[in-house]
Amino acid sequence: MLIRPKEGILDPQGKAVERALPALGFEGIHDVRVGRLVELEVDDPAKLDSLSEKLLANPLIEDYEIVLDEAPSGNGGGRK
Amino acid sequence: MIGVLQFPGSCDERDAVAAAGLVADARLLWQEETNLSGLDGVIVPGGFSYGDYLRAGAIARFSPAMEAVARFAAEGGPVLGICNGFQVLCEAGMLPGALLPNESLRFICRQVELVAQGFVGPFAAELEKGRRLSIPIKHMSGRYFAPDDQLDRLEANGQIAFRYALGQNPNGSVGDIAGVVNEDGNVLGLMPHPEHAVDPLTGSDDGLALFRALVRAPQAAAA
Repeated sequence: MLIRPKEGILDPQGKAVERALPALGFEGIHDVRVGRLVELEVDDPAKLDSLSEKLLANPLIEDYEIVLDEAPSGNGGGRK
Repeated sequence: MIGVLQFPGSCDERDAVAAAGLVADARLLWQEETNLSGLDGVIVPGGFSYGDYLRAGAIARFSPAMEAVARFAAEGGPVLGICNGFQVLCEAGMLPGALLPNESLRFICRQVELVAQGFVGPFAAELEKGRRLSIPIKHMSGRYFAPDDQLDRLEANGQIAFRYALGQNPNGSVGDIAGVVNEDGNVLGLMPHPEHAVDPLTGSDDGLALFRALVRAPQAAAA
């Protein structure tokens, strides 16, 4: 599950990363947003939406995206 | 009797018991307790409940005591959330909005000036519009946020309880908002710490008004 700050909400963490990049010689990088990745194994993927809204993301301030990987080993390729 | 919730990671619950104890009887309420009978009010205190993992307040809301507090509030019982307690109440959907990391990304600890806004509910009886309170803040995630349409509703309903005094917004909160109430006004949350402002020795006793407001809320609601 990918969780990001909602569009339009100030992300000071992203700003701090963005400001640090030129000092390291990385130019031309804009709009840095820092989110979160939650990996979990579920028996029933139908529960994921309610799980996201109730706990893993706060829909008022965050957007989330569920990426399903059918093979637990991680070699099955993601699908949205 | 005032009950002060205690989660793993709470750190201001004893100060809150001491502060409420100046105006009423008060006791700790461990997060597993679900029987709130005999309580006249509940305080959800400051700290770092469950390490503030995921988001501040996100996990504490699922504790058994919080479900009991939600029922207590739904029946009109007065609830005061301070700092982490405010974050917990927002995450639980008992208060509108959310608290985001400070704009500066720094932990801020200092005295601030608050202005009571003229808001709905029983707490307002002790906190009349325009009243200024000098109370400390100490937080990392105190930037109040609500979407524009929700802010308009809060304003229209008289749910904005406190704003930081002009020019003193410490964390980037939208509309300088420091505290809000629910629609009925019996649940109040704020980022500043009134329990640390109950004795002139430590700079201010303005925080006492919040505890008086909590203790007298049932009478104010009945009036």
